[in-house]
Amino acid sequence: MSSITPADIEVGAKNGGGAPGRPGRVSLGGLSLNLRSSGIYIAFALIIALFSVLTDGALLQPQNISNIIVQNSYILILAIGMILIIIAGHIDLSVGSVVAVTGALAAVLMVNMGVPWPLALLITLVAGALIGAWQGYWIAYFGIPAFIVTLAGMLLFRALTLTVLGNQGIGPFPDQVRTLANGFTNGWLGNIGLGPLGGADLFSLLIGIVAIAGMVLAQWRSRSARKGYGQAVDSLALFALKMAAGAALILFLVVQLARFKNLPWVLVLLAVLVLGYSLMANRTVFGRQIYAIGGNLQAAVMSGVKVKSVVFWIFVNMGVLSAIAGVIFAGRLNQAGPTAGNSFELDAIAAAFIGGAAVQGGVGKVVGAITGGLIMAVINNGMSLIGSPSERVMLVKGAVLLAAVAFDVWTKRRAGTAR
Amino acid sequence: MTEHILRMSGITKTFPGVKALQDVNLAVRRGEIHAICGENGAGKSTLMKVLSGVYPHGQYDGEITFEGRRCEFGGIRDSEHAGIVIIHQELALCPQLSIAENIYLGNERATRGVIDWNRTNYEAGELLKRVGLRENPTTTVSDIGVGKQQLVEIAKALSKEVKLLILDEPTAALNDEDSAHLLDLLRGLRDEGITCVIISHKLNEVIAIADSVTILRDGRTIETLDMAAGDVSEDRIISGMVGRALDNRFPPRTPAIGEEAFRIEDWTVYSPSQPGRKVVDGASLTLRRGEIVGLAGLMGAGRTELAMSVFGRTYGVHISGRIFKDGRPIEIRTVQDAIRHGVAYATEDRKRYGLNLIEDIKRNISAAWLKGLSRRGWVNEYEEYRVAQQFRASMNIKAPDVDSVVGKLSGGNQQKVVLSKWILTEPDVLILDEPTRGIDVGAKYEIYMIINRLAEQGKAVLVISSELPELLGLCDRIYTLSEGRVTGEVPREEATQERLMYLMTKGQESLA
Repeated sequence: MSSITPADIEVGAKNGGGAPGRPGRVSLGGLSLNLRSSGIYIAFALIIALFSVLTDGALLQPQNISNIIVQNSYILILAIGMILIIIAGHIDLSVGSVVAVTGALAAVLMVNMGVPWPLALLITLVAGALIGAWQGYWIAYFGIPAFIVTLAGMLLFRALTLTVLGNQGIGPFPDQVRTLANGFTNGWLGNIGLGPLGGADLFSLLIGIVAIAGMVLAQWRSRSARKGYGQAVDSLALFALKMAAGAALILFLVVQLARFKNLPWVLVLLAVLVLGYSLMANRTVFGRQIYAIGGNLQAAVMSGVKVKSVVFWIFVNMGVLSAIAGVIFAGRLNQAGPTAGNSFELDAIAAAFIGGAAVQGGVGKVVGAITGGLIMAVINNGMSLIGSPSERVMLVKGAVLLAAVAFDVWTKRRAGTAR
Repeated sequence: MTEHILRMSGITKTFPGVKALQDVNLAVRRGEIHAICGENGAGKSTLMKVLSGVYPHGQYDGEITFEGRRCEFGGIRDSEHAGIVIIHQELALCPQLSIAENIYLGNERATRGVIDWNRTNYEAGELLKRVGLRENPTTTVSDIGVGKQQLVEIAKALSKEVKLLILDEPTAALNDEDSAHLLDLLRGLRDEGITCVIISHKLNEVIAIADSVTILRDGRTIETLDMAAGDVSEDRIISGMVGRALDNRFPPRTPAIGEEAFRIEDWTVYSPSQPGRKVVDGASLTLRRGEIVGLAGLMGAGRTELAMSVFGRTYGVHISGRIFKDGRPIEIRTVQDAIRHGVAYATEDRKRYGLNLIEDIKRNISAAWLKGLSRRGWVNEYEEYRVAQQFRASMNIKAPDVDSVVGKLSGGNQQKVVLSKWILTEPDVLILDEPTRGIDVGAKYEIYMIINRLAEQGKAVLVISSELPELLGLCDRIYTLSEGRVTGEVPREEATQERLMYLMTKGQESLA
């Protein structure tokens, strides 16, 4: 019983899981799976498999993988900030407008005023922080629900965008900014032949190998440390299996990208952000306090968490990430436009919820939000590859969002934690 | 008049792990005012919830006969239809609606779905006259005081053609004038033939108004006293409420009491929701190292409010008074201040204020002491795990591992997690608010052992409890609180349940 089929999982779930007293948990031949936390990854794998078949493999072609990442990078960046806000029990509807206004600001600085691009970028990020601080103040210190403040922000910053741009696009951006948004790492070390796969960029491959080595090393050290503290760890075989699976995934992604045009810069940026924010959410006092606030606000107050300050700073953070997304989006289009970022907030929120965030807050993972964003990206991309009309894409995305949250509510009700 | 309008017999209601009611009998005569007395947790409110259908038929054992008919209420609607209306301690009015709208809420004066406002307001006005409330029916409820809101509740009950009116602590939040008016009104209703059941802690009111008194204790009926037979005094009721043998449910301990550790002086706190109402009034307490001090008081006496206002001002407004730690004055403005000064408060409502129920044991234990488990903002997760494991062993938290979600633990184990969380902050002063509420007997004993151990380590412990035997069995000294004032300080040797209950029920005027 080493293979897990979807049918097994469904049967197991219906029977209340293999392990008694632990609903939502499936036990198969020693492998124990928490459906609620891993369901999303299983779903992602299934969706990729589905579209690979439907598109005759076009989905996983080197260029297409690269496209999916580059075209959705700004949504994924927004999803990182959004998941933190949703974990804390809030919401941000303004991110699309903030993307637009920061993109416009960057364009005015770089194009109209000729400010050197690093300085202009810095100023834009600071502006994003100030926008976040503005909203964070009203939410955390003045006590207006985030829904209202950011709904107002959505209008305010869109209006500001139109004012700054005077209703027309500004461009083109400096090359460096365009490279960041749209470009690829240089082939510093030249190409290497991969037999039947053809030539691939050596530098990208080396980065991939370093990433795999880093992952294995970090996981191994963590495993040793946990053992040292007397915690239960996976058996060596299972650990090796997990590492092999992770390594295969990274290797596949990197090889495919290396065969196309090297690593997209935004992928490098995303990797850094995902790693950094995951660590922040799990390992820092600040990250823990976000979960504490969302899990039980009153208990967090009574435990000495400075709730107002934490909420304020996660909105500042959202502002900065929105500014990064704003610059990347404008750089990719090579123009800051008045309609930039329209409905980005909805995509970012949907990514967070598909990725396993709980509607009441307190639950969610950065990696989950990224996966949720990628699920939508793959659906988008796959359906357009098979020539589905856009209304059908929208229909499917809506259904997936509803199904994901319904699944979450369902597993929670079965687990009965909310007594 | 011996006809009984209501007869409840053999009522037993069990919650997971706790028998809240055990073979309770209650017989109420037609047209009388029947008081129900008992300590907090004696089962009074549960009994009334059974009667009014909050716990529907089938969730309890026993039989209810009302107006000669056996009743099997499936919900509040059924009991109201039969003519039984309950007015809860926390008023159930919509503050933004008018008096008339509240009175007819769910019972609208309407023809074919369209509300007849003239009829609504006219009939509401008539009802207000009956209860002696001189207000315009269109006045918004939030604009009138609590006393008048209470009258609106009664008017609402009258609109439903009530035969049996149940009032749960109707005067707890009222001042003397409003209380007197309310009691007069109840007498008037009795003369109109409406039977009243009143739950009250204020024994002087019970003596003044009730025709008979049923006393509950530990979920059982103790006795029913007929006031007309005469000679029923407050002391008589008190002895019925507390008359319980103290057995050795408490682990032995030899106190080693040291220096003064914590003192509050002249502590006054105002209610945040009712402007001008003092919830705590000039209270002063002293705690010494190695000492377990009790704080006794009935519901609404201000015990939790006192504790929370001291603990980083988490309750109340316009707080005044002085706090001393080891003889030196300190300021505690926030919870962080309190933790820094070594003051911990374990809440009475662990699900609401104490725990993140969707999070696991280790992260709940570390929640108040992340600073101590981290370096430059990074939490040492291995250390966190180790500490949690240590507490799991030393506190005997029954869970498969420290990664278990707290929401799935039993009440006793949840309480141990709360205590672990605060012991981890290495406090010198622990305020434990109802540390054994909703916990079975075995786990209670364990909690008592933990409290004793804390005292042995030289910590000052303040235990707030509704259960007098618990305070008597545990504490070296007991303060009593009544209506926000400290009404007494009784050393262990002199403390009896009767003495404490006397001090706890003492009104302000009788103190002067």
